[in-house]
Amino acid sequence: MNEKIIFAGFGGQGIILAGKLVCIAAMNEGKYVSHIPSYGAEMRGGTANCAVVIATEEIPSPMVFNPTVCVALNLPSLKKFESRLSAGGVLIYNSSLIENGPQRNDIVAIPVKANELAEQAGSYKAANMVAIGALLKANMQIASLQAVKDALSQAVSKRNLSFNDINKKALTLGFESVKTALH
Amino acid sequence: MSKKIFMRGNEALAEAAIIAGCRYFFGYPITPQNEVPAYFAMRLPQVKGTFLQAESELAAINMVFGASAAGARVMTSSSSPGISLKQEGISYLAGAELPAVIANIMRGGPGLGNIAGAQGDYFQATKGGGHGDYRIIVLAPYSVQELADLTVLAFDLADTYRMVCMILGDGYLGQMSEPLVLPKPSSKHFDKSGWALNGAKGREPHIIRSLRLNPEHALEDLNVKLQKKYQTVAQNEIRYEEYKTDDAEYLLVGFGICSRIIKAAINGLRDKGVKAGLFRPVTLWPYPYQALQNCAKNVKKVLVVEMNAGQMVEDVRLALNGAVPVDFIGRMGGMIPEVEDIIERIESYAA
Repeated sequence: MNEKIIFAGFGGQGIILAGKLVCIAAMNEGKYVSHIPSYGAEMRGGTANCAVVIATEEIPSPMVFNPTVCVALNLPSLKKFESRLSAGGVLIYNSSLIENGPQRNDIVAIPVKANELAEQAGSYKAANMVAIGALLKANMQIASLQAVKDALSQAVSKRNLSFNDINKKALTLGFESVKTALH
Repeated sequence: MSKKIFMRGNEALAEAAIIAGCRYFFGYPITPQNEVPAYFAMRLPQVKGTFLQAESELAAINMVFGASAAGARVMTSSSSPGISLKQEGISYLAGAELPAVIANIMRGGPGLGNIAGAQGDYFQATKGGGHGDYRIIVLAPYSVQELADLTVLAFDLADTYRMVCMILGDGYLGQMSEPLVLPKPSSKHFDKSGWALNGAKGREPHIIRSLRLNPEHALEDLNVKLQKKYQTVAQNEIRYEEYKTDDAEYLLVGFGICSRIIKAAINGLRDKGVKAGLFRPVTLWPYPYQALQNCAKNVKKVLVVEMNAGQMVEDVRLALNGAVPVDFIGRMGGMIPEVEDIIERIESYAA
């Protein structure tokens, strides 16, 4: 396995945390992982993104130019990364904020009502967790749902530990929202 | 086995310094190493240390000089343009024989360049960025784990030889997070009471300076002493890694983050039946000339891959002295070499 994943969204949607959480879960399961945030000249209100690699062998470069998976939480992110996704890649997108999905037909597009499901879990802020849940179902090699739930206490800052229950619920809702696993 | 944590390179560097006993950090912010001072600012007060954001890089390096002269374990960090500004201070540290650890988390140059990772400061780090005949030890980590491990080593090397030890990383290594087992502190103890400026009450004053006017040969005497010391370092402290070199027909050479990409290319080549191996210098000064020469004895060709226009390749040519043809792939301005490009180049030799 060598999954190259881009998490992307607005600054403030918990993009960097989402990448970190998945990495810690996969690390705890014994996989090679790397995480690097985009730290270029980002614009307020623009996209934030991070690149994550989960692999069964040593990771050469943490940078990801052509992802195998993209998780897009807003429209600018979808627009930015749709064309870069490798053929046959998986695009998980937040259909709460993105009306028109991707144009390409050589990729697997998975819409997720991330904001609605997050509200349902207890906070709209947990949309990133819903998206991770969907990712874990779409590609079950990345990490198990339980490993990600267990990794929460390692990934989130102390002041946000009180949201663990909401986050776990959001992860489950996202996981269940995807009907069939692809891998 | 100790538990793995997930940490960003810059933060691992700072935590490893604290594990090594560093209690003083002086620096001035610059991307892509800002997590280093930020982490020290958070952690040093917890261990009764001092973090100070100086008014400039020049101020920071001279604060390092002061703390080192007082016998403290001290470090500064910066990125390429900021390291250029520190060169005067580094030369003074060399002249005064003071230990210090300096991290350069390189970015693209020249000038202000950009903020992506690059390896364009190899010459500056290994051939002397400041004035005068001096050397600094240069360590080139290739993973977050090695970045942390070499940071602990850097403090011991600096204290052992009373000289500057530089950790030469790059923006990708500093920004990326990876699993890490925190290093253990070394068991070495360094008695600095014979030279440090720690209060002269009841003893003859110690004098630390880099200005030597009298007698006439005083400065040459110092230089002779320094060169002797550098020879000792070159004898004792060479470090490198070999990967699949035993039966290699093609030898790839790279340092830092580049060597990870080379490893992936080697695995790809081996899958296709092409025997390739990696020689990775860990110390860039002292450079492993002899080890590289031995390693390249039975290879058909050497390919050097760097994130610059071709800097370390000059040391590779020196080491091989024409015995083996040397080719080069370089990306500049913060771009990363592609695994496929390396594979293609090696395959072109056989074609």
